[in-house]
Amino acid sequence: MKLKGRAIFEGKAEGQALVSSSPMSFYGGVNPDTGEIVERGSELAGQTVKGKVLVFPHGKGSTVGSYVLYRLAKNGVAPSAIVNAKCETIVAVGAIISEIPCVDMVDVRKIKPGVRVSVDGATLEF
Amino acid sequence: MHLTKEEEAMLAGEQGHATRIAMQILVALGKIYDAERLVKVSSVQVSGVSYKNLGDAGLEFLTELASDGKARVKTTLNPAGMSLTDWKSQGIDSGFAEKQLQVIDAYRKLGVEITCTCTPYLAGNEPSFGQHIAWGESSAVAYANSVIGARTNREGGPSALAASLTGRTPLYGLHVSENRVPTIAVDVEAQLSLPEDFSAMGYFVGREAKDGIPYFRGVRRAGLEDLKTLSAALASSGGVAMFHLEGLTPEYGMGAKNLEALTFTGKELAETNALLNDEGAPDFVSIGCPHCSLTELATLAKLLDGRRVRREFWVCCSREVKRQGDEAGYSKLIEASGAKFALDTCMVVAPVEELGYKVVSTNSAKACHYLRNAGLKVRFMPLEECVAEATRKD
Repeated sequence: MKLKGRAIFEGKAEGQALVSSSPMSFYGGVNPDTGEIVERGSELAGQTVKGKVLVFPHGKGSTVGSYVLYRLAKNGVAPSAIVNAKCETIVAVGAIISEIPCVDMVDVRKIKPGVRVSVDGATLEF
Repeated sequence: MHLTKEEEAMLAGEQGHATRIAMQILVALGKIYDAERLVKVSSVQVSGVSYKNLGDAGLEFLTELASDGKARVKTTLNPAGMSLTDWKSQGIDSGFAEKQLQVIDAYRKLGVEITCTCTPYLAGNEPSFGQHIAWGESSAVAYANSVIGARTNREGGPSALAASLTGRTPLYGLHVSENRVPTIAVDVEAQLSLPEDFSAMGYFVGREAKDGIPYFRGVRRAGLEDLKTLSAALASSGGVAMFHLEGLTPEYGMGAKNLEALTFTGKELAETNALLNDEGAPDFVSIGCPHCSLTELATLAKLLDGRRVRREFWVCCSREVKRQGDEAGYSKLIEASGAKFALDTCMVVAPVEELGYKVVSTNSAKACHYLRNAGLKVRFMPLEECVAEATRKD
């Protein structure tokens, strides 16, 4: 299937979809050294974002979360791409400064966990 | 989004690497929030200073920007994770201190004034009514929009810095008049006699209002200290970036017709006070979240005069307000009691949980919120009772 969204940070990437149905907080929610999701109550707790196409509705929590994305990238454990229903400041800024391809305005419910997703600019294919 | 020729040049990298990254951030935000253009700002307050939050990657990012970036408008800085001069006596480890000072050096190189305060409006960064600004620090954002009538969204560290490096921010959200109207009314029936009552009210209303704009009815007077702590509390339990006080704040005239209304009575006040009190005897007392005003230093000096503090007691304020306190003779009385000034930092951004304290007594609902998140127990009480706790013989 092909979905066209809006590119927040343009780039090409691919990976397995890691899908959260609830909003994600990076500050306090993801370990910046390992990429492990540590947010209490998250359906993805214990999984790693490393190399995944991370799919979630939108970001939440502290704006320091942008720097957590940057730390993940510097530590080599960042997601390969981010897909949101509606991107907000924390994730957008984090994606730009970390150079992680980021697309929003897509129906994220169509992306099933575990499928292989490729991202190219504003287009997703899986 | 429409960009001017100069803005296009910034985006193309013609004015350097840092300006380019800054412009990329602003353009992406403009796209997300449907801004039609950028608007020039006159003042910036940058958050994202404590090394505790930035880590090595944040430090690296700032160092990279500082290689060719420069602030284009007045830019001040949020508190750091320690006092920049007296970190040793605060018990801060030298590894942390070294990194924190590197963060400060990067900001200095970027042309940011090293004010290290969450109350820039008490330390020389004073925008006026109607001006577009780009501020991080949620309590200062709520204060600037609501009390001063300047216009800012809730910026994060990088987006505020991007505004500083370009002198611009996307025109959306609270920069636009129609988005500054109230979304929820609050009928205040509780007797608000202390700043701490405003703090508790803010904590209660923030949870209900989320990121809306509350319109308070029934508050007859509010001083700077009341408004400062109300702003902080609203922005910590919720995402409030602006509020109106009927008859008191500059833009209340828009009115609040046909809005859903909350009621804040003595019962809600008592329940919020109870909610912010854990079990346990305080081993750490801290005042100044947001950073103390000169009036608060005067009150503290009076309460502490001739008394002896028996627990770690931090008085958090900006260097500017401390200097005014020195001149007025307040600082001497405060320090003579054994209380310590915590300049450049505060109990929320310093790694207090790593200093071995367990239960913190404070007069700020915002501080209670964040200290609890850091794993500490909290006791919320009025300033006078904080002093009583600090001076109590066991």
